[in-house]
This record gives sequence, C-alpha cells and structure tokens, in this order.
Amino acid sequence: MAAPEASTAAVPTLYTNNTLRNAFGGVLSFFILLLIGVLAFSIRLFSVIKYESVIHEFDPYFNYRVTQFLTKKGIYEFWNWFDDRTWYPLGRVIGGTVYPGLTLTAGTIWWLLNSLNIPLSVETVCVFTAPIFSAFASWATYLLTKEVKGAGAGLTSAVLLAMVPSYISRSVAGSYDNEAVAIFALIFTFYLYLKTLNTGSLFYATLNSLAYFYMVCSWGGYTFIINLIPMHVLLCIVTGRYSSRLYIAYAPLVVLGTLLAALVPVVGFNAVMTSEHFASFLVFIIIHVVAFVYYIKGILSPKMFKVAVTLVVTVGLAVCCAVIAVLIALVASSPTKGWSGRSLSLLDPTYASKYIPIIASVSEHQPPTWPSYFMDINVLAFLVPAGIIACFLPLSDASSFVVLYIATSVYFSGVMVRLMLVLAPAACITSGIALSEAFDVLTGSIKFQLPGVTSNAEVDAGETSSDTSEAQTDEVKAEKPDDTSKNRPLKKSKKKERELAENPPAKATAKAKAKAEKKRLLALPLEASVISLLLLVVLGAFYVVHSVWAAAEAYSAPSIVLTTRSRDGLHVFDDFREAYAWLSHNTDVNDKVASWWDYGYQTTAMANRTVIVDNNTWNNTHIATVGTAMSSPERAAWEIFHSLDVKYVLVVFGGLIGYPSDDINKFLWMVRIGGGVFPHIKEPDYLRDGQYRIDSQATPTVLNCLMYKLSYYRFVETDGKAYDRVRRTEIGKKYFKLTHFEEVFTTHHWMVRIYKLKPLKNRIRGKAKKSKLKTSSTSSSKRSGTKKKNPWQ
Amino acid sequence: MEAPIRAREALGFILFSLLFSICRSSSLNHLLISNAERRIDLSSHIVKVYLTLKVENAGSTPTSEVFLSFPPTQVDHLATVEALVTKGKRKKTTLVRLDVKPTELPDAPNDAKYFAIYLENPLKSGESTTLEVLYLLTHSQEPFPAEIAQSESQLVYYRDSALILSPYHIKQQTTFIKTPSTKVESFTRVEPSNRAGTEIKYGPYEDHPPYSFSPILIHFENNSPFAVVEELVREVEISHWGNLQVTEQYTLVHAGARHKGVFSRVDFQSRPTLNGASSLRYLLARLPPRVHSVYYRDEIGNISSSHLRTDSRKSELEIEPRYPLFGGWKATFVIGYGLPLQDFLFETSDDRRYLNFTFGCPLLETVVDKLTIKVVLPEGSKDPSAVVPFPVEQHLETKYSYLDVVGRTVVVMEKKNLVPTHNSHFQVYYTFKPIFMLAEPLMLASAFFLFFVACVAYLHIDLSIRK
Repeated sequence: MAAPEASTAAVPTLYTNNTLRNAFGGVLSFFILLLIGVLAFSIRLFSVIKYESVIHEFDPYFNYRVTQFLTKKGIYEFWNWFDDRTWYPLGRVIGGTVYPGLTLTAGTIWWLLNSLNIPLSVETVCVFTAPIFSAFASWATYLLTKEVKGAGAGLTSAVLLAMVPSYISRSVAGSYDNEAVAIFALIFTFYLYLKTLNTGSLFYATLNSLAYFYMVCSWGGYTFIINLIPMHVLLCIVTGRYSSRLYIAYAPLVVLGTLLAALVPVVGFNAVMTSEHFASFLVFIIIHVVAFVYYIKGILSPKMFKVAVTLVVTVGLAVCCAVIAVLIALVASSPTKGWSGRSLSLLDPTYASKYIPIIASVSEHQPPTWPSYFMDINVLAFLVPAGIIACFLPLSDASSFVVLYIATSVYFSGVMVRLMLVLAPAACITSGIALSEAFDVLTGSIKFQLPGVTSNAEVDAGETSSDTSEAQTDEVKAEKPDDTSKNRPLKKSKKKERELAENPPAKATAKAKAKAEKKRLLALPLEASVISLLLLVVLGAFYVVHSVWAAAEAYSAPSIVLTTRSRDGLHVFDDFREAYAWLSHNTDVNDKVASWWDYGYQTTAMANRTVIVDNNTWNNTHIATVGTAMSSPERAAWEIFHSLDVKYVLVVFGGLIGYPSDDINKFLWMVRIGGGVFPHIKEPDYLRDGQYRIDSQATPTVLNCLMYKLSYYRFVETDGKAYDRVRRTEIGKKYFKLTHFEEVFTTHHWMVRIYKLKPLKNRIRGKAKKSKLKTSSTSSSKRSGTKKKNPWQ
Repeated sequence: MEAPIRAREALGFILFSLLFSICRSSSLNHLLISNAERRIDLSSHIVKVYLTLKVENAGSTPTSEVFLSFPPTQVDHLATVEALVTKGKRKKTTLVRLDVKPTELPDAPNDAKYFAIYLENPLKSGESTTLEVLYLLTHSQEPFPAEIAQSESQLVYYRDSALILSPYHIKQQTTFIKTPSTKVESFTRVEPSNRAGTEIKYGPYEDHPPYSFSPILIHFENNSPFAVVEELVREVEISHWGNLQVTEQYTLVHAGARHKGVFSRVDFQSRPTLNGASSLRYLLARLPPRVHSVYYRDEIGNISSSHLRTDSRKSELEIEPRYPLFGGWKATFVIGYGLPLQDFLFETSDDRRYLNFTFGCPLLETVVDKLTIKVVLPEGSKDPSAVVPFPVEQHLETKYSYLDVVGRTVVVMEKKNLVPTHNSHFQVYYTFKPIFMLAEPLMLASAFFLFFVACVAYLHIDLSIRK
C-alpha cells in the first residue's frame, strides 16, 4: 500500500509494526478464507467421488429439468412455460409457480461458461452449483460475524459453517435444490442488513434490498427474513436503540424489497396481500411514527412536547383502530386468513397433521427428534448458549440481531426438520463467537502468565483492547461521522493515523499498560487455560470428524442409485434409472404414467413422460384421485386411471431386496389423502386392530387393493414363500391374477414395476352379452348416484 | 491393403467407368462362368455370401472387367462387396484384393444393379480365372411372425434366388445356405435341393442363361439378437498434449421380431434359455490397446453394468444396456475413452501429421445404419484432408471447445449401412504448428496477470471525492 508506506518514515516503529501486522493479518485472513471456500466446496464432493456426478433425490430433478428448459429455450419462453407434462390433464404454469433464483443462477453460470467456450453440460453446472454456493455462504458468514464480533469470530464461524452437517445435507454436489443458494442469500441479506445498521450507508441499504430480492427469487423461506428483520427493528425501538441508522437499514428494505419481491411471478401480489408480510408493514409504520416523534422531540421544548404527545396519542389511537379494523376485514375475507398452509403449520405445529395430510406426509415436514439436533449441528448445540452470552458482552445492535436470529430459528427448527437448515447458520455464528471469545480469553491469559513474552503481550493486549473498543464505538457512537467511513480500508488507515497523531506514542503505551494491568486481574490461571484450550481444540476436532463422517457417509447418497456393501463386494442397485430409461425409450412420447407423487419429478425429468401428479403437490384433489385409485380394487382403479388417460402405472417395491421407502410403506398416506377427498375410502378398512399389515392377518381391503396387487404380482415365484424383506413377513395373498393390468416391465431387483392398462374388452361375446349389459347399466347408475367417486368422468 | 483412393477421385472414376462401360457393353457376351459356388451364411443377422466364380473369356478381345449383378431389393441392403483373385500355382496361391466399384449398364433387366470387378491383368481370350467374392447384406432377414411374446423364439424369412443372378451364362452352379440351427420351418424347393443339418443345398444346376432367377424363401429360427445401431456418432478429438479422446454416441435398437405383451422379470430370471432367447443382454466392444478412462453412461447418468478387460494387444469392453433389449426396444448410451496419442498420430516426411484410426463401430456383430465420424483437429491446424478406403460423404465443421478463439476444424465423414468389415483404418492429414499448443495457457496466464494488475491498480487509486 502506498499511503502507509509513505507515512512509515514519519511515524515511530510501533506504528510500522502495527501496519505490518495488519497487512500480514489481512493476507492471512484472505488465505484462510480462500481455504475455507475450498473446504466448503470439497467436503461436498464425496457424493461425486463415491457415486457419480448426478442430480440427487426428487426436487433437484425438477430444478434440473427447468434449467434445461431455460438453457434451451431462453428466459422469455421460461417465464411463459406452461408444462403439459405434469398434472395431466391440468398442466402447470411453471414460470409463474416456481422460485426462479436457483434456475436463473445455474442458467447464468452455464451461459457464462459457454460464452467463454467452456463446454460444460447443464448437468455438470447444476451438480456443482450447490458446493460453489456453500463456499459463498461461508464467506458471507465471515462478513456477517465480522460485523458482530470482529474478524476472529468471523473466521471461526465461517469455518464452522463450511462444514456444518445440516447445511451439507442440502448442498452436497448434485443436491440441486433451492436451499443451496437460498442459505447463501439469507446470510448475505442479514450481513448487508447489519452492515447498513452499523454504517448507516444508503448504499448498503440498496444492496440489502437487492440481496433480499435474490432471496425472494430463490426460496419461500424469504418470509423468515421479512419477519425477523422487523422483529429486530421492533426490539431495537422497544429497548431504546432507535437511531437514524436503524431507519436507513429498515425503511428502504421494506419499500424496495417489497417492490422487487412483487416482480417475482410466484410471489406477485402476495408480497402485499398475505399475512406473512404484514409484520413488516406494521413495523414500517411504527418506525415512521418513532422517527417522527424523535424529530419533534428534537425541535420542541420538553413542555411543548408533552402537549403534542397527548394530542397525537388521542388522534393516533382513533386512526390506528380504523386501520386495524380495515386490515382485519381484509384478512378475514381471504379463505386461509391470509396464511399459507406451510406457514400456518409453522405457527401451530399441530395444524398440518390435523388438516393437511399431504404436508404431514412429507418426512422433512415432521418435527425433528433430539438425536437429529446432535446429528445436524453436533457440538454447536453446546456452544450456542456460550455464544449467546458472548453476544450480551456487550450487547450491540448487531449482536442483539444474532440473539434474535438464533432464538427464532431454534423455534422453527423444532417445528419442522427441514428448517434445521435455517438454524445451522445461526448456530455457526453464535458458536463461532463463543469459540473466538473463549480463545481470546484463554490465549490472552496464557500470554500474561508466561514471563518471557510479556513485552510482546503488552503490545498485543493493547491492540486487542483497542480493537474491541473500536467495536464498541459502533454502539457508543462517540464519533458518529467517522463511523460511516469505516468500511474503506484506506480511510481506516488514515483514521488510525490521525488517532496516532492525537495520542503521542508514549501516551499510547502508558494507556496500554494500564489496560494490561486491568487485564491481568481478569486472567485465568495458566494450567486451567492450557487445559481448556486443549479441550476446546478436542471439541473442534470432534466436530470436524463428525462433519466429515456426515458428509462422506450420511448425506452423500444420491438416493437415485443405491449401494450396499457385502462380503463379496459392492452391490449397485440402479433400478430407478433402469425403469426411467426403459420408459423413455420404449413407450410413446405422449403416454401418461401414473405413480405416487414422489416419483413425478423424476419421471418427467428422466423418462420425459407425462405424469398425473408430482412433488409440487399443489392440487390435493388430484393427488387424492391417484391415492384412491391405488387403494381401490383393480376394476375401480382401472376405471379411474382409464378416465385419466393413463397408459402405464409405476409402483416402487422394495420387498425383494429390502428397500424400506417403497410404496407399500407409503400406502397409508395414499389411503389417508384419498379418503380425505373421497369418503368411500376409509382408513379403518385398511387396518387390523389399528395396525397396518400385509401378512395373512391383513384385511381383505388391503389384499384386494391395486397397490398390493401391483407390488406383489408373481412375487411368490421368486422364492416360493413370498417373504417380504422390508416388512419381514410372508405376504397375505400369494397367488392371484391381474385382469385389468399387465406387467410390462420390472427392473433387475424388482424395485420398480411398470404395468400397462389393458384395453377395453371386446363386449360382443354372444352369451355374456345380456349380463354384461346389465352390469354396465348398474355401474352407470351407480356412477350417477355417487358423484364424488371419480371426478374425471 | 490397397492404396486408398479419395472419395472425389472415386466419384470421377465411377463416371469415367460408366462411360467406358457403355462403349464396351458388348464385352459382356464374351465372358461366361464355367463354375459358380455360393455359400450363404445366415447364422447371425448379417448375411454373409461367399461367391466363388470361375470366369472364362470365350470372346476374342481381352477384357479386364467382370460384372456382378444384384436385384434392386438386395442392393439397398448391400453393405460391402469385396473381390479377391487367387494367384500363383497350386499350393503357393496368394490372394490379391481387386477393386470393386458400383456401376451401371444399359438395358439392365428389371433394374438390376451392377458392381464391376477390375482385374489386375486383362483376361485374354480363352483364359480363365477364379474370383472369390464376399458380400454382406444387412436387414435382409424379415422376422415372421413380426411380433413374438417373451417365451417364443424368433423366426425369420430370408429371400433370395436359387440361381445366381448374373449377366453371364453360368454353366454350373451350386448354392449352400447355412442356417443358425437345425430348426427350419420351411424352404422353397427348387430341384435338386435338399437339407442336411444346418445346411440347405440348392443345385447343382446346369447351363442357365444370363439373368436367370428363381425366388426362394427360407423360414428358420434365428435367435441371435439383431443388434442394430441406428445412429452412431464417433467424435475423435486430438490433443497434442498427448491424448486422443474418443466419444461414441449410440442409438441401439433390437431390430428382430417385436416384443409383444408382457415382460415378466421372474420368468426372465428363472428360465433364461427359454425366455427371451432372442433378447440382447450384453454387447462386446473391441477397443484399441492401452485405452484409459473408459466411461459408459447415458443421458441420465452412469450405467454400472460394464466390464473392461485389457491386455497388450486389445481391450475388450463388455457392456450391458440398462435393461435387456427385446425386439423393437431401444436404448441410447455413450461410450468414451482416452488413448495415448503416439499410437495413432504420425508424421509424414513432408512435415504433415496424420491420424490413423479405425472407421466403423467397435461393437462386435452389429450393423450401423448411419455412422458419423468427427475428427476434431487441434486449434490452429490447417489443410485437413481425409483418406478413407471406401466412398464416404465428407464436409468440414468448426467446433468451439475449452477456451477456443478461432475454433477447431472438424472433419466430418458420414456413411450409411456399415458392417464390422468396415473397421479398416482411415487417415486424416493436416498441418499443425506446435506453437499453437501454448496459445491457451498463455491466454489464461495473461488473463490472470491482467486481473492482478487491475487489482493492484484499484488498490492504488483513491476515487473518493472527500479527502
């Protein structure tokens, strides 16, 4: 740097030392950050190394398919995309119902690479998007924590976030899901909010709205931001921390952010219409009132002010009542009281299981168990309380935000296991703060205890204390005008220069000595600090080992291809892709495939066939129709499927090899969801003494329903006993024939079985003509009688 | 192998010979075939016909062309025609390959098509010579019944003539037809004809005038899988850093009797010989030796069922499609591998480089309906020219790969209807200056250098208004 170099000649050696240390520290933290990025990226590559570079699970396949469409057809086609391959015959407006952030990000990366003539495939870009964004997320964590507690805590939390198992589970290579980029957007938005709050710069406020816009594009979880930030603002106001910086941090975000959010088609007018956003508007009004009050207070004498307050309060109450009445009327007029089902289940954890079985049926919407906390955030769970305490010493605007963030996210993660993902960054930030503070204290006391390094330690202590005092100035605001220029490194150095010019070096050393005295009183005994330092290192090592294990073993399986290790080597079960490849090459391009909704995204993406329902689950009735068909006897199921123009039915069956998440295990949900819409499907019919079973004790309804028959058709011929390895029992009904369906494909390990609907029988058959006529007339009368049996007739 | 002739020259040659043959069509009458023996091998789905002709010049003028004629239905399926002549005395005979070119003759009856065999030395009056002809027919066995269930075996029709179609008088001829098994449902009898084991014999027939034809139909069992690659795109990318990257995209179809109705995995697994006898379970690809980084995948990811065996002379890749292919079922996949460059790239004396690589499809016993070979030359190479031993369609393309600026020249060769005998070598000649190899590293280095310079510049410039 030129400016410091020029000044070295003039200032004493202490200053030279300091700049050198600063420069060295800057370069060191840059390299540490670089390494953290590399770590965050590479720890997520286990799935590529152990398996292959492939898209994982269910939702990522949909995102992948959308990205393919985007790169092939362009952005305008993408916005107007009406997908007729899903939800047959309804279709789905993809452009208007999808969060486009992830897709646009990957599409842009792909486009950029291809315009540089780097011919990576769309798939490769999609696979590696998540690891790249986890590196970004850890850098964003560094920035955020740096705003709260300085660079040391920032680096610690960045390294913790780089390998927090909870985040790894959603961002391994191939896990191409919204959360992968959304967590980065979330942290970055929070960082910019705190940055604005600390500096009061309108520039950062604008950036903050843009980051919020990116978050809205990426994930439905943006409502967390738009509720948490108002909460924090409210907290600041209530605790008397209102400042113009708070106003700058909040007001532009609400105005610009809401306008930008309304640009995203999937949000649209929801940004001003639904209750999730009302908190922000309410706080927006409050902050204006408060700002106004502060302004009036500034220009009026205390006496006049009192009069004004009484006047305003009486008028204001009346206006408020009117506004609130209008709002309540508006909210009450909307059917779900302005809240979406998922948000409602967040506020009332029992809501989903009571009213929406389709939300309850998804495993990631279940509340987590205690072990899953240990699995997902590991030792951070113990460090978080310490971090919260550290946040209170001293409490600043930024650290109060962190406390609020961790408190709310702990609640939300307790409701839904998926939101553990929101907790993870908060846990990393607080644990990072805790670890860094602990290291600070312990190393500090060791330095004071060791006689040999005292002279060094004095300088060091002086520096650290000045650092912390600098951090404290943020809330003390003694030098408010200087605060805004803190962000520029050049200015910062200039400011230091000025400070040094003010305090001659001799005075500075004296001050440092006084501080050192004070510090020495706080120091811990040497042995205790060394031992606790070691223990902390062991704790960190334990975390690293656990994270690597989680990344390598627990979260890397793509779930589309399964492997088991046995004595004679590795077995690969690639049945899903076998079935999808078969469908894509050997059926007509316009054939419709019915399956339970879990496999909808994969079927459209990998087999390119039209499906009836998929993982989007926006139409409960449609899913209930498929559920009803699966839980009906063959003939009725055939009629439902035939009326939906279905040609193939796909079932997943794990009984031969012991794959537990198959359709038989999911079957009760089909019954429940089907029964929720079509009352003739009753759950008790499928349970024997309250228990769901498929062995000889099973109810006849189960043994005759389509799902049972399609899963176990000719299963007995494999081993002669029909022993189901998942349910660990012999099945109830072993020998039966299918009359309306025929097996057209079964994969190598029987995991996927595909059946074709047989065409209508030729009805003219002499003798049977009369009886046939009779049955057909009765069935038609029955149809007219029970209207709700099949909506597609 | 003969000196290869370029396609354009070949075309010119055909035109020339066409003109020439019109002038000399009378020479047809001078020749006669004193003895002909034909062996038709039907054991796989590629029909191999070995023809031994003893040609005699009964006219007064010497002639150097012998014409073979084919019915128009066969010409469409004709993949290759090769002719050899036996040379030398008894016991010391050597076989010499002769040029064979498609040609046309005036007044051809019923649109018969011709191939001309060019003898090395003109056949003088009264002399005779023995020609060995091999031709391969694809798509010539028609499944009947056209649709079969899983447990049925595949029956096919083969249509031909009991008499060899020839523009010459044939004094004596015999035809042997070899079927894959003893199970022959029926065959047309043209006396004298009889069947013994897997062989059906037609003839000997004496003294048949030119263009004699006697249609026969053989209905027999052929359970060999009809592996047909509908389209194969092979991309050979040359990198002068020492690697030759080959990527092959297959669209494979089982062209036998279509599968009908149920596919039952339990039957297929428990009784593999009775069930799906004609299904295509695995394929064998013969790759060059020292192959490395082999992959086998399709558009939805890696296919885990493959085995690679390598030794010093060849590499064999055994691949299973994701699912067994029954009649009419399709599968697509990609095979890719790298090869050491020094095995395939050579330098000529005049400082040109040439790639010497095999044409055709590495899969054994498969027919390729359409093959496209793309040879991607390194960026900066000039004057490409390809030398292929048989006529192909050629054109040039440009491809942009990693950090290319001007693009790489791609020599594209297309050919239809290929059989394994087309796996001969072709050459692509080009000139290349080694300095171009450094273009991309230098570009990257300078880009990074500029980036750092920009960073340094940014740090030294103070753009703030306030001091």
